[in-house]
Amino acid sequence: MKNIILTSGLALALGIFQASPSWADLKMGVAAEPYAPFTSKDASGKWVGWEIDFMNALCADIGEKCSVEEVAWDGIIPALQAGKFDAIMSSMSINEERRKVIKFSDMYYNSAPVLVGAKNGDKDFSPEHLKGKIVGVQVSTIHAAYAKKYFEPKGATLKTYETQDQVNADLAAGRLDYTLADGVTLDDFLKSEQGGCCEPKGAVPYDVEIFGVGVGLGLRQADGALQAKFNKGIADLAKAGTFAKITEAWKLTGKLRLPQAN
Amino acid sequence: MIAAALPITTLLSFGDSGYGDELAWAALRTIEISVFGYGFGIALGLGGALGKIAGPLWLKRVLGIYTTLFRALPELILIMLLYYAGTDGLNRLLSGVGLGPFQLNGLIASIFVLAIVQGAYATEVLRAAISAVPIGQLEAASAMGMSAALRFRRITVPAMLPLALPGLANLWLNITKDSALVSIVGYTELALATQQAAGVSKQYFVIYLVAQGIYLSISLTSVWLFGRLEKNLRRGQSLARAAA
Amino acid sequence: MRWDWVPDYAAALAHGLFITLLVLVVSVFLGFALAVMLALAQVRGGMISSFISKCFCNYIRGTPLLMQLYLLYYGVGSLFPLIPGVREHLQWLVRLDAIYYVLMAFTLSFAGYEGEIMRGAFLAVPRGELEAGEAIGMSGWQILRRIWLPSALYKVLPTLAGEVIGQLKSTPLAFTVPVMDLMGAAHKVMQDKYLIYEPLLLVACIYLVLTWAITSGFSLIERQIPSRRSV
Repeated sequence: MKNIILTSGLALALGIFQASPSWADLKMGVAAEPYAPFTSKDASGKWVGWEIDFMNALCADIGEKCSVEEVAWDGIIPALQAGKFDAIMSSMSINEERRKVIKFSDMYYNSAPVLVGAKNGDKDFSPEHLKGKIVGVQVSTIHAAYAKKYFEPKGATLKTYETQDQVNADLAAGRLDYTLADGVTLDDFLKSEQGGCCEPKGAVPYDVEIFGVGVGLGLRQADGALQAKFNKGIADLAKAGTFAKITEAWKLTGKLRLPQAN
Repeated sequence: MIAAALPITTLLSFGDSGYGDELAWAALRTIEISVFGYGFGIALGLGGALGKIAGPLWLKRVLGIYTTLFRALPELILIMLLYYAGTDGLNRLLSGVGLGPFQLNGLIASIFVLAIVQGAYATEVLRAAISAVPIGQLEAASAMGMSAALRFRRITVPAMLPLALPGLANLWLNITKDSALVSIVGYTELALATQQAAGVSKQYFVIYLVAQGIYLSISLTSVWLFGRLEKNLRRGQSLARAAA
Repeated sequence: MRWDWVPDYAAALAHGLFITLLVLVVSVFLGFALAVMLALAQVRGGMISSFISKCFCNYIRGTPLLMQLYLLYYGVGSLFPLIPGVREHLQWLVRLDAIYYVLMAFTLSFAGYEGEIMRGAFLAVPRGELEAGEAIGMSGWQILRRIWLPSALYKVLPTLAGEVIGQLKSTPLAFTVPVMDLMGAAHKVMQDKYLIYEPLLLVACIYLVLTWAITSGFSLIERQIPSRRSV
């Protein structure tokens, strides 16, 4: 008994006392801004997207009820740690830098980071060519880290924004020359009327150290059991062909690398 | 996903194709966090004011630090600090007394941070108003044998309210505007709903204008209401002054 | 608590502090000049100019600065592609750095709040002082410059410190558009290092020092001004 009190007291003091351990209702932290086609709010106020469909399939598979908890992207890791929700499901790439602070599930999709710029036929996008140009990136993304490592030293100016949506808006306004972001979400932007300004320049050389191995669910370090559960769910969905089905429904076939059944 | 150039009537319509209903609901959430933040803030301010006037020395010191610090720091920084650290602490406190642990949702967290910030300002407004109640009135009440609680309810509060009202009205206007700052920590009130709607529809200019119209109507309505309330509360006062 | 990042980010923080101070100083001075005009439009202007000034002040005071900033930056930005030729011929306008939008938004905001205060101050100057000016043959402009404005300024000086501090407290909003002010620099640390409290606490301390400096600065100025007020 004394031990229990001591441990729970310690847990409290350390702030690692977790929400109800049975995960009766799992909350998924989703960045509150539009990130189509993965997560965005439609005009009826509902969250829709590839990732939302995946979430529903995953939660059905593991027998949980899941709900979306909106959160600011730039505070998403602290909010997870503060217990505001149980898992990050917001197209967060698994990389070493983040692994130091949170745990990840297996990857559930991966796509190429693409550089997009004004429609002018100039397809050269080597870091040297970007000298003197302005590149917009979303704060604390793998793309921001990549631009900082490869573009900034060659003389490009970086501008960081809270959301990719704002980057796109400024790219369309002509305030930026380029943005580096996830190819699939940029595709969505390029298809919109606003995106008429711009064209893809190409996928940048893949740096595994920065880009990591794809997107996974972000979890608290202590939630190993939840991690195992999610990983099993992801494997189940891969076996059942659910990933392909969702990807088909969002017309993304061939654009995403998906978990393979083994 | 959504065609970019929606006509404004469709853009702002209620229902599944427009953002009218989303913005309206978000406006209600803005009012909701403002009202509750304001209410708890004033309660906190009342306690703070009484503590500053009649509390023991250590309490006065603590309250002094609270009001000085919280009024000197930018609201945005306070809201970010409180949102992450404060809700974390509150959660631990609640689980400590056996009520939790539970996940604070965005609504409660937003109300909590707004109330703590508001409380610092309300403490000063109410302290000044309470101190301005003529001591003679309180002495008269005591002489008639009123208990401290009764005296507070019957004399102090009615006498200080008209004095505090302009300050409190200002605080209300401030909190309706400060509530936009919780959008930065990710709670979907009017400011964040506006960003979402603008981002998806790409109609930044129109959507932002409409949202500002909503904020403006909230504030103009409040100014009008507070004006009437003040007239009402000051009725007896101006009569007394006219007679003197 | 981790503070090992401070040396790495000292330069960024110093630059951020400079931007914050720049925004504060420029917006207070330009905003105050604009506020005097807004106030004059209300106390001496015709019906139309007085109405416009009143509407402007109400708009500024009735809506969140964050939304004003977004409207100015993203709203105006979204209009550029709609106007043919702007992108080709007005490159400088399209490429205008976010800092100019921030300066504009903060100047207009300060003007709106201060305009209301200056209006009250102008009205509170005793009529006799103005009439005395008229009696010795001063022109309207001379009266304004020599009597009315200085008198009104003395009246607002005690509240001005509070207003400037209020303005300082809104400057962190600048980081919500791509401007690297003090808060922006702290935000960068938060992003890079996954820290929340340390960078916020550090900038909070810097803001406290700035508040204190403004308070003492103003009380120094106030003491320099000859006054017959008993306090």
